[in-house]
Amino acid sequence: MSVTATIDGKSVDIREGESILEAARRCGAEVPTLCYDSRVDPSASCRLCVVKVDGRRLPVASCAHALTADMNVTTSDDELEENRKTILKLVLSENPTEECRSCIERGPCELHSLATDYGVESDYYDGAISGRIPEDSNPFIARDYSQCILCYRCTRVCNELEQAHAIIPEGRGFGTNIVAPFHESLLGSNCTFCGQCIQTCPTGALMDKKMLGKAVAEDVTKVRSICPFCGTGCGIELNVAKGEFIGVTPDWDAPASAGSLCVKGQFGIDFIRSPDRLTTPLVRRDGVLQPATWDEALTLLVDKFQTVRAESGPGAFALWSSARAPSEGNFLMQKLARAVLGTNNIDNCSRT
Amino acid sequence: MAVMVGRGAMTNSIAELENAKLIFATGTNTTETHPVLALRVKRAVARGAKLIVADPRRIELTGLADRWLRLRIGTDIPLYNAMAHVIIKEGLYNKEYVERRTEGIEELADFVKGYTPQVAEKISGVPAEDIIATAREYATAGNAAIIYTLGITEHSCGVHNVQSLANLGLLCGYFGMESAGVNPLRGQNNVQGAGDAGCTPNYLPGYQRISNREAREAWEREWGVPIDPNPGKTKISILDEIMEDKVRCVYIMGENTAVSDANVLKTRAALDRVEFLVVQDMFLTDTAKMADIVLPAAAFAEVDGTFSNTERRVQLLNKAVEPPGEARADWEIFLDIINRMGYPLHYNHASEVWDEQARNSPILAGINYDRIRMQGIQWPCPTTDHPGTPYLHKEEFFSEKGYFQPVPHVDLAEPPDAEYPLILTTGRRRPTYHTGTQTGRVDGFELLVPREGLEVHPDDADALGIADGDLVEISSRRGSLQLNAIITDKSPEGVVFMTFHFPEGVLTNILTTDAHDPVTETAEFKACAVKVAKVTEPEEIPASG
Repeated sequence: MSVTATIDGKSVDIREGESILEAARRCGAEVPTLCYDSRVDPSASCRLCVVKVDGRRLPVASCAHALTADMNVTTSDDELEENRKTILKLVLSENPTEECRSCIERGPCELHSLATDYGVESDYYDGAISGRIPEDSNPFIARDYSQCILCYRCTRVCNELEQAHAIIPEGRGFGTNIVAPFHESLLGSNCTFCGQCIQTCPTGALMDKKMLGKAVAEDVTKVRSICPFCGTGCGIELNVAKGEFIGVTPDWDAPASAGSLCVKGQFGIDFIRSPDRLTTPLVRRDGVLQPATWDEALTLLVDKFQTVRAESGPGAFALWSSARAPSEGNFLMQKLARAVLGTNNIDNCSRT
Repeated sequence: MAVMVGRGAMTNSIAELENAKLIFATGTNTTETHPVLALRVKRAVARGAKLIVADPRRIELTGLADRWLRLRIGTDIPLYNAMAHVIIKEGLYNKEYVERRTEGIEELADFVKGYTPQVAEKISGVPAEDIIATAREYATAGNAAIIYTLGITEHSCGVHNVQSLANLGLLCGYFGMESAGVNPLRGQNNVQGAGDAGCTPNYLPGYQRISNREAREAWEREWGVPIDPNPGKTKISILDEIMEDKVRCVYIMGENTAVSDANVLKTRAALDRVEFLVVQDMFLTDTAKMADIVLPAAAFAEVDGTFSNTERRVQLLNKAVEPPGEARADWEIFLDIINRMGYPLHYNHASEVWDEQARNSPILAGINYDRIRMQGIQWPCPTTDHPGTPYLHKEEFFSEKGYFQPVPHVDLAEPPDAEYPLILTTGRRRPTYHTGTQTGRVDGFELLVPREGLEVHPDDADALGIADGDLVEISSRRGSLQLNAIITDKSPEGVVFMTFHFPEGVLTNILTTDAHDPVTETAEFKACAVKVAKVTEPEEIPASG
């Protein structure tokens, strides 16, 4: 019995629950998509991922069909590519590149990157324009549904993945809009500001308000890190432009979070830029904490430690480390306690 | 849990939760405290897993649950003992596993005989039939995962709470099974890492007991100095020693202890008294304001380093930006001090600090920066070709056997009485974090949770004549403060709720009790007796003219 199928002439093993799209991408085929997000059920609405399957009269949406034994799939030929171009032309007719806020203020969005790849311009068709810009003064999520292509990635992520049920599609067909129930602003809705809608949106319809206008894609470096709040350990990318932290994107490959974040990881990292950060050591002089050099502060500290140790022994010291600080600092603090001061009076803040 | 299976860490992995057939969530407001981890619970439920939630408060999880066991605060032990009672009595436990891998089943069986579901109902308020059904479903699920957080541990019987819960996992053979286990969810990003690094009075790095001569000798060889074989003092004991002038110098890194401690005025009195206080932090916190020397620390984004998450995964931080001004990485500050103290030491990079920690810690020995560049590794990882350990206790426990712990119910350290008739329980809200040092400085977060409020049950509010938004005064035996009331039935009648996120206006921990667990010394943040009264505002004087 055969347990393989063929994609673009290559033999592919069948994996349970895998769609044609996933199998095709696994073996290196480049199948374009706009409405696909691997974490939620496919909606098969953008039709860009259509492929030909032997025995089927019409091309099928590869995201929504399982690869089955003996299937013979073609992911690309002139006809399919022409179909895809037509779809992109239709989409672009109401979402021209020159009006895309993402492309202007942030860097190319998924839609317009794809349009560039396919050499498709915005001016093929004239027609009505759909989508409206809701009143929404929240400080985190920029919403501009004039850029929306109704791929429903945001609503599926919000309802299926996050189960926050903050936004839903309203209306039908061309008149469909994405709204918070009762047309509330996001602050008045169930929205938890996890930012997952922003991260999945393939256009400039939903964007990180804090990051907008800060830098365009080619000037941004993404540095992989770990969220510093709770114990889940979500993977984040610190977006840096000209040496400045400008915002966060998720690390899609992080094992604990798999691309998800909450409001703290997504929007809560800018405390590091706070003007309240300490920038020099402080030493209490005449009862008041005053700026000092490192040498002054550490000389004072070490003199005091030496004196106390000579007078009262190691038991006169207590060191409390931080469950928020990296392990390397924690390790050296306990080394200072055990190996240098000679005390096991080292504890951390997890008890309290 | 450490005395039962040799380790207290989360047994399983976060991702495994998705495939649990049953999740028993107790004392955890996961959607608020661990929102991304909670997605796994939600996905498990969407896939058909049963969710049973034990919590005194109405939280998001109770809305998702198949069954909500609304126990009275501080009655966890009778609830779990009664579940054990049912599981043993009905022969639902994993006999082969219990026989082969555990010790003490007879003692446990004997002990929980008195904890019938009816007895437990009387104490906890959870209907006996719900206890029976939960016990049966848990035991027969095939693979069931327990998750818990501070609702279990922040009690003066926290250790016993955990043990009575872990008895259930041992009975059913869920320790050492994929998508099962008994899983404490760590509240802070690097609680696990601070423990891994040996920042406890009784453990060297890698959870090697200070009394373990072999381990001590390994570190003595590494450091070239003798190590005191006697455990040090915990933070709670140190506070007393400061008051006795035995401890003269305290060095605090990255902890706002003058806000976050239970019965915080006691902590403040000690920090006031101590001869020499050093605080290393990113901000001039309330704790730092009390210091003699404040050292500016770099933030996580400004250093290379590691955090260990709740599932024991050592994950890499990469330096993205420069620290402001003269702030320095924590490890560099300690290195400087150690050298100045006359102990010559040099590391070129944070990775060398890690390597020193790992090479003498068998559970970490196989982990290095190069291996975790793309994805973290879960300890134990003894060698560099070991893939890490997604779930613990598979073939064997860290201890020789799994040891059941029969534990009795005890009352709250400070039960409500005529003078202080209500229970204050404390917790968290999602957009804010701990003492607000960081989330209080994030643009826009003030719109999500603008200020602290006291959640009061409508029936209590009626009895006290309090309306939503009224200014109220809440008092415990230790202090009192004023804030606005939020009328909600999230907490049961007789229980009021607050967080400690807004210390500038509302220093919640003035109220909380420092009564603590005798073993972990974790305080009973989850319950203290209080009274609440409406503040009669001074009458407004009409403007003249």
